[in-house]
Amino acid sequence: MANQISIGEPAPGCKKVDPILVADNVTRVFGGLTAVDVEHMEIPRGLITALIGPNGAGKTTMFNLLTGFDKPNTGEWTFDGKNLAGVSSYKVARMGMIRTFQLTKALSLLTVIDNMRLGDQANPGESFFKSFIRPVWKRHEAKITLKADELLKRFKLDAKREDYAAALSGGQRKLLEMARALMSDPKLVMLDEPMAGVNPALTQSLLEHIKGLKENGTTVLFVEHDMHMVRHISDWVIVMAEGKVVAEGPPADVMKNPAVIDAYLGAHANSDLGDIEINSAAKETN
Amino acid sequence: MAEQTPVVYAEHLDAGYLPGINILNDCSLVANQGELIGIIGPNGAGKSTLLKAIFGQVNVRSGKVWLNGEEITNLKANKLVAKGVAFVPQTNNVFPSLTIEENLQMGVFQTPKRFDERFEFVTNIFPDLGKRRAQKAGSLSGGERQMVAMGRALMIDPSVLLLDEPSAGLSPVRQDEAFLRVKEVNKAGVTVIMVEQNARRCLQICDRAYVLDQGHDAHTGTGRELLNDPKMVELYLGNLAEL
Amino acid sequence: MDWLNALNLTAGEFVGAYTAAYVLCALGLAVHFGFTGLLNFGQAAFAALGAYGYSIATLTFGWPWWSAVLFGLLCSAAFAVVLGIPTLRLRADYLAIVTIAAAQALKFAVSASIFEQVTGGSNGLSQFGDSFYSLNPIPKGRYDFGVFALSENELFIRIVAWSLIILIALFLYFLTRSPWGRVLKGIREDEDAVRSLGKNVFSYKLQSLVVGGSIASLGGMVFVMSSQTNQPSNWGTNFTFMLWTILLLGGAATILGPIIGGMVFFGLLMFLQSVMEGLVNMGWLPFLDIAQVGQIRFLLVGVALMLLVIFRPQGIFGNKKELQFNG
Repeated sequence: MANQISIGEPAPGCKKVDPILVADNVTRVFGGLTAVDVEHMEIPRGLITALIGPNGAGKTTMFNLLTGFDKPNTGEWTFDGKNLAGVSSYKVARMGMIRTFQLTKALSLLTVIDNMRLGDQANPGESFFKSFIRPVWKRHEAKITLKADELLKRFKLDAKREDYAAALSGGQRKLLEMARALMSDPKLVMLDEPMAGVNPALTQSLLEHIKGLKENGTTVLFVEHDMHMVRHISDWVIVMAEGKVVAEGPPADVMKNPAVIDAYLGAHANSDLGDIEINSAAKETN
Repeated sequence: MAEQTPVVYAEHLDAGYLPGINILNDCSLVANQGELIGIIGPNGAGKSTLLKAIFGQVNVRSGKVWLNGEEITNLKANKLVAKGVAFVPQTNNVFPSLTIEENLQMGVFQTPKRFDERFEFVTNIFPDLGKRRAQKAGSLSGGERQMVAMGRALMIDPSVLLLDEPSAGLSPVRQDEAFLRVKEVNKAGVTVIMVEQNARRCLQICDRAYVLDQGHDAHTGTGRELLNDPKMVELYLGNLAEL
Repeated sequence: MDWLNALNLTAGEFVGAYTAAYVLCALGLAVHFGFTGLLNFGQAAFAALGAYGYSIATLTFGWPWWSAVLFGLLCSAAFAVVLGIPTLRLRADYLAIVTIAAAQALKFAVSASIFEQVTGGSNGLSQFGDSFYSLNPIPKGRYDFGVFALSENELFIRIVAWSLIILIALFLYFLTRSPWGRVLKGIREDEDAVRSLGKNVFSYKLQSLVVGGSIASLGGMVFVMSSQTNQPSNWGTNFTFMLWTILLLGGAATILGPIIGGMVFFGLLMFLQSVMEGLVNMGWLPFLDIAQVGQIRFLLVGVALMLLVIFRPQGIFGNKKELQFNG
């Protein structure tokens, strides 16, 4: 499997057979702190890639840089061949790269269905002069409403259609943000901790949705801490620590990597914490 | 055998934030001395709300809460701290511009004379806090801040420690550390009530747990019972770990 | 105490020309703040530009009323663009500071002696209403409405102004229910979320500034048309803060809010004035004289604004759930 994705052996910053995103020499420095220092990163097209690593590793900063929500100190990257460095965030979204946020941005003052409608990028009614000629946008609005309802049903939010997003629980808002991101049929969906705060029993169906995206040809890049999820659906894993890419490869291989286990997974990853004696635990973690 | 008064007894609570809308619907909970109680359940079930109802941060419209036999329903948080209820919120739980030691001092704000004795207790459980006492809390990582927040809560020598999702946002190794810390704190004699999103880990370490659904305590049992119950796995835990 | 007279005057205020002018400017502010979350503390400038644009076009260029109206609108729109381009990319509070400064700067510019030829300096301009009033179809005379009486011109300006309000209210009603309005609502709450969905937030904020500013410029024109005088002193910070009071009183994110808010505000002001004057005349308020009554009214406006913000920030018509105060 590794041979079909990377050119050569998997290693940090390795080239991919068919990359959708290629980044070079990306750095971001905050005051004295180097948050991101990535020499080379390539995201394979049409597959699901997980970006993992301890907190403070630079994952969200990397997300922000790639999607135009932050400006790098140095770096160049291309998306689908188009140069994206320095392109503003809304233009990046229009080019087909949609992201979600770690702190959910479901718009509380809008209803669920209006949140969804906002996700569409081709609505003529959103242009000022066309907006007061209703016949121009009425049909498009009906079309996207249908699509929105379909997505809401898939994400089990259809009952909440008319509610203000503020009335949804934290996990439901995350689902709304994800569903909304799909409205514009993006080429690359970047999910920032999509499972955080979501009921484990719902996680299963969410993973099915993400797999469904892959079947549609959409590329997925997500940041997560839930290793079960990562193991279950990702085709490729990139590990970041202290701003750098420290490991890459298929999930099973990466999770056996001793450096990764040390810094990230922990020695107890597959044990039952109830069985662990406190004194021995204290020895191990100190 | 005489029945001991529970440390926390919440009885048939109805509570909510917006007028007319109840998040908690007839929700009850018992925590006995020395127990580690877990609260798990789907989103919107009211887990954090239950904790806040005990801590006086949400309006309890019906039902009562007792602490060691004394009624504390709707009592303001600062009075509850004086009575020995400690609360560790999920976010914004340390003062970033203060050092670790100063954060811990804030913990005994109401009884400053007890600082030395409590500082010793807390640094016995978390030696790192003692070693790095002069470090500013803002420069710590998420997991380390969790530790400071918990340490600060322990400074008041609480009857009960309320934890709101202590593992939230942490990487797997830090999550495990956090859970083991909670276990350690509990072993030192502190009664703990913990809301968790990571249901599996929570059930592995707790004595008893409540599964909340739609604001009601739908299921309860020991941690082991719930972990091994196929219905629980299907409804709440998911079976990803087995795949 | 002549209660009947007090009530007559109050009723007159409900449909007064000045009330209409303020309502229009408040509707503009509703677009800025209520619907988009822009903190504009210089609405007086937009209104002034409408007024000066119209009066200068009439007096200096000799244009007919409709060109003058367009010119006034153009001035406001241009001002919105000039103001918006540097500031809308910054945080909300920066726009607030810049708009206060811009309004003051404009006020000084129009009173400056070097522009006196065109702007009339600190004395302002007058007698620019002929082209407008020549449109008046109502025959000369006094028209009695039971509680108050108006001349044909006074009646005309009121009819025009309030019809304009109805038209603009309808326009805004449809605009805010359109997809464009939806984008504004999103921007009001969280700009980054809207950017992540592919919308050019800066452009939308600029459009909102222009729309609200243009409506305010119409308000400015109505304001000066009824008295046919246009002076720099009209356009001070008083004007802006009265607008904010009206907006918050009625409900910032609504369309009915500025309208009813304006009517209630001026009605109340007039009522208070009449009652207090009556009481002073009857000797019931020995510590006040008539001149002070006028000033005390504004003291009360300030207090009312504070109480509103504290106790009922959503105003009369506002929806508490939709309330958004951090711009």
